[in-house]
Amino acid sequence: MSDKVIDARNLQCPMPVIKTAQGIVELQSGQTLEVIATDGGALSDIPSWVKDMGHTLKEQFSEGADHHFLIVKA
Amino acid sequence: MKMRMFAYANMPLEEEHVTVTNVEQAAELIEQSETPEKEKMVLIAASGDLDKAWPVMILATTGAAYGMDVTIFFTFWGLSILKRPGAGLTGDDWRQKGLSMFNRGAPDGLQLSKLNFGGFGTKFMKDLADEKKVASVQELLELAQQMGVKLWPCQMTMDLMGFDRSDMIDGLDEPAGAGSAISLMKDASISLFI
Repeated sequence: MSDKVIDARNLQCPMPVIKTAQGIVELQSGQTLEVIATDGGALSDIPSWVKDMGHTLKEQFSEGADHHFLIVKA
Repeated sequence: MKMRMFAYANMPLEEEHVTVTNVEQAAELIEQSETPEKEKMVLIAASGDLDKAWPVMILATTGAAYGMDVTIFFTFWGLSILKRPGAGLTGDDWRQKGLSMFNRGAPDGLQLSKLNFGGFGTKFMKDLADEKKVASVQELLELAQQMGVKLWPCQMTMDLMGFDRSDMIDGLDEPAGAGSAISLMKDASISLFI
């Protein structure tokens, strides 16, 4: 389960990463943020951002056109 | 505990002026000493073309999302991105006025560098962006300002083209020159000329 969900569906680059960055500041360390995006670029952009910022990508899966990312805040 | 360690480590008995007298002051000093300096990103926006201004704003907002300290230096035609919508003819000289007549500028008035077809190409592109939910230059510029991206207009270009601060959008940083841009780029991990 996630502590916060960011719905970035139908948004294009760079908005999914920006929404993710804006969403994670509201969480405490160790809490989980779920991001849902439909932008194909997010498949590589969000994991890159997560890695670079030192957070952990706990899980990533796709359901139809929706890509889900579960990110644990560092 | 951290505060105490800091206070002891930094309080030689002889030097009274470094004595930390209250908790707030100590916390402030610790914050200053422990906050690592942010990585810097500098973008030189030298073009007023829509297809150049767009990637400038996309990279700037993304850099800010990466926690970077982002500055955009707007020079030559790039300055027209910062023109206030409806600023009209700018400058005192007839040549400045003439140039501004054919370079409307403003975040919402930028044109494509190619396939513009008298503005139709730009309209097609903007309509497509709208349909596909691609954020506009204007939206990204506002977002960049909210995210703390610094917007530096080039003073020399302002003088050359006769731009006044009143001809430009609000929330800009102080106009600067090449020296400030170089000083900033020397320390930046990403510097791009677009």
